Amino acid sequence: MNALVNIVKQNLGLGSIAVNGGVHPPEHKQESTTQAIGQLPLPKRLVLPLRQHVGNLPKVLVAVGDQVLKGQLLAEAEGNISAAIHAPTSGTIAVIGDALIPHPSGLPDRCITITADGKDEWIAHSPSDWRKEDKTTLLERLRHSGIVGLGGAAFPTQVKLLTNAKSLVDTLVINAAECEPYITCDDMLMRERADQILKGVEIAQHLLGANQCLIGIEDNKPEAAEAMRLACTNSPLAQSVTLKVVVVPTQYPSGDARQLIRLLTGIEVPANKRSTDVGLQCFNVATVLALHRYFDFGEPALSRIVTMTGNVKIPANFEVLFGTLVTDLVKAGGGALEETDDYIMGGPMMGFSLPSADVPITKAANCIIASAPNLFAPAPPAMPCIRCARCADVCPVSLQPQELYWFAKSSNLEKARDYNLFDCIECGCCTYACPSNIPLVQYYRFAKSEIIAQDRAKEAADLARERNDFRLMRIEREKQERAEKHAQKAAGAKAEVANAEAAKTDAAPVNETPDDSAMAAKKAAIAAAIERAKAQKASATAPQNVADAKPAVQAEIAEIDARREAAKQAVSEQTLSEQALDNIASTQDEK
Amino acid sequence: MSRSPYLSGAPSVSVIMVKVMLALVPAIAAYVWVFGAGILVVLALASVTALAAEALMLKLRNRPIKPFLMDGSALLAAWLLALSLPPLAPWWLVVVGTLFAIVIAKQLYGGLGYNPFNPAMVGYAVLLISFPVIMTHWPAPLELAQANLSFANQLQYIFGASNGLSLDAVSMATPLDYLKTQLTLHHSVQEITSAPQFGLLGAQGGEWVVGAYLLGGLYLLQQRLITWHLPTAFLSVLALIAGAFYLVDATHFAHPLFHLFTGASMLGAFFIITDPVSGPTTPKGKLVFAAGIAVLTYLIRVYGGYPDGVAFSVLLMNMCVPLIDAWTQPRVFGHKK
Repeated sequence: MNALVNIVKQNLGLGSIAVNGGVHPPEHKQESTTQAIGQLPLPKRLVLPLRQHVGNLPKVLVAVGDQVLKGQLLAEAEGNISAAIHAPTSGTIAVIGDALIPHPSGLPDRCITITADGKDEWIAHSPSDWRKEDKTTLLERLRHSGIVGLGGAAFPTQVKLLTNAKSLVDTLVINAAECEPYITCDDMLMRERADQILKGVEIAQHLLGANQCLIGIEDNKPEAAEAMRLACTNSPLAQSVTLKVVVVPTQYPSGDARQLIRLLTGIEVPANKRSTDVGLQCFNVATVLALHRYFDFGEPALSRIVTMTGNVKIPANFEVLFGTLVTDLVKAGGGALEETDDYIMGGPMMGFSLPSADVPITKAANCIIASAPNLFAPAPPAMPCIRCARCADVCPVSLQPQELYWFAKSSNLEKARDYNLFDCIECGCCTYACPSNIPLVQYYRFAKSEIIAQDRAKEAADLARERNDFRLMRIEREKQERAEKHAQKAAGAKAEVANAEAAKTDAAPVNETPDDSAMAAKKAAIAAAIERAKAQKASATAPQNVADAKPAVQAEIAEIDARREAAKQAVSEQTLSEQALDNIASTQDEK
Repeated sequence: MSRSPYLSGAPSVSVIMVKVMLALVPAIAAYVWVFGAGILVVLALASVTALAAEALMLKLRNRPIKPFLMDGSALLAAWLLALSLPPLAPWWLVVVGTLFAIVIAKQLYGGLGYNPFNPAMVGYAVLLISFPVIMTHWPAPLELAQANLSFANQLQYIFGASNGLSLDAVSMATPLDYLKTQLTLHHSVQEITSAPQFGLLGAQGGEWVVGAYLLGGLYLLQQRLITWHLPTAFLSVLALIAGAFYLVDATHFAHPLFHLFTGASMLGAFFIITDPVSGPTTPKGKLVFAAGIAVLTYLIRVYGGYPDGVAFSVLLMNMCVPLIDAWTQPRVFGHKK
């Protein structure tokens, strides 16, 4: 009935009580919420990829053989957007080199491997009185916390807390929607540690200076919502700012930050702007809890809650140290049941298949699903698109997926961009709703990467052309200079001859000025032409809607390219793999 | 690698087509009740022809035959065409129309998903233009027929062995046709509609079939196989324009309800104009498309050369679909209009 009311309301354009479009996949959340959050035995080996976040690779501070303590900084944030990596337990640095990481590309990447000594011995750490300290100091300190968005995006948190006059944050949105099926780590965290979360909310509110804190939870988590409500009434924050738990209808993808912001505040963040531009900032519940642990205990980001579910004996949530291998987590879940053929990191809507179960849990890993054919049947062969527009009906950003599919399939990339391909959040609703089983999201990912690659190629070509123009200009200039010299010499010689022949008469002054001015005019004209060409190129290449949202993706693609290149090299020159590695490291360091 | 989403929540194309055919069953039952079982033979003929033509074309085009035959789209097109034809249509008419729909309007354009025109309506339009006399000779409903028409008689008509039995003996002008011709003889609508072939709302007997289409259409809506946009826009615009004319001059223009309940209005509203492949995809586009069909249908009915105009209107509006879609793109999240 609610759904019907929603449809009527949406069609009549009244109110916005739910996500536009969206889908209701089977939730499968109850399986993993029967048990309290469990602890894993201390793993013997921890593999820490340097790339666990969006942004620059951190700079490694340790060497193989070093003894490290729990909480010790292993790699520090490099540049503005980056995050530090810490030792999740005490032990010895065993390897610093390439290992498989949980990434859809299946390519290895640089990791620090620690052999645990089993003592779990902490480095000296202490709480800070964050209420009294200067905000700038706090934020600078946060750079060394290693905290990134734990909802799955893994964006360094300190960057999101920077505020300036341009981006005054009035409303802090805490994302606890957890809309993906199967995932329950935030649900369990709220049920068990609501008070700690609220302490984190206090810190985030303090740093942002927000006047309002809204906590958005889907209505399929009543226990969590109740726990959070109670924690809110107990929180001292409730005295000073508006602090509210808002229950939203269960509808995927309500947990997308922009969707949730609209659900809670009615504000639609403009596509080319950040939420802070309209006075909003959004954090995941687990992220604010990490803030609390960092500032109130001095503990950097060392672990997270991960849902281990699907085809395992005992689906449950576990507190997992970063770097713990998925195999260890599966063991904790009672082991994989028969017919398990794959492990998915993330939820079934946006997650990806792991290249192996021997990859580590990273900061972005909210859920591991043991997959089996009876859980996720292989997609039947795709049929032609019948233009039924079910995909458009469910698209939360109101794109026309059937048109984008057509453009992507025919490599009509300009048209795809015109139809706002880059506003696609890859939530997978379209594919979910497609009667023809067309893997639409894959087409969009492909088209996006093609467009970005084209833009990059175009940039490179423009740069090359510019260089060439300059080279031609230089050659021309040198030629003229040579000619000038020759003319001068010839004139000199002539003058000498003239002097010798008729020493008594005044030699006519060599008339060089007109030549000079003509040459200068020519040079100026060439320079102006180059300027014009440059300006034209700049305006032509400015991407319409890639520019704002895409630097992160572009950087990622660049890095993936580098890694792919490195992987190729590694195959061809296996003996030189160490050297290749250093090469990548240095190229990445340059970035 | 990344093949997410791993879940699917959509009925397959075959399920959708089968459900649409299911929605046609009440209308077929009403048809049998009103006009006799002959329609079942016509349906069977069209089905067999469509499947055979589809299979042959798929083979010629080197496409897998089984998945595309199983998708049910050819069968559905055949049914929609058969239900548009006069119930005692000769067998060759059914075969020619179906072949045209499947071979030319569908497969030659690329098969499922690629036809710019509604295949059933292409087949219908070709038949109407080529064989106007047969196509406008509808048998009278059984209750009004002078000769008692048994199933055997009906078979004789369909297979052309009527032994001197002329179709004229059992046929009767359809209400739309009758209205059109009588109006030219300066009769008023009120006089005309007192003729026996007029029922309460539309055609005597035929209005039951129309009611069954409405029922099937509501099922499609309930099953979310169609959205409300197309049928609502079509029926309401048709009623509005007919109502306007009716208000201005009730002696020359029929009541709006008459327009809704006669001819192909109801079949069109729920089953013909809702063909996704040849129709628009945006919500606003659907409203424009359906409104366009309604206006054209009314104009053809009142001023055109044919008694009904749904088929031509659909084909004309099919041509406008790319333009309609391009002009009615919805506002994307976070964008200004």
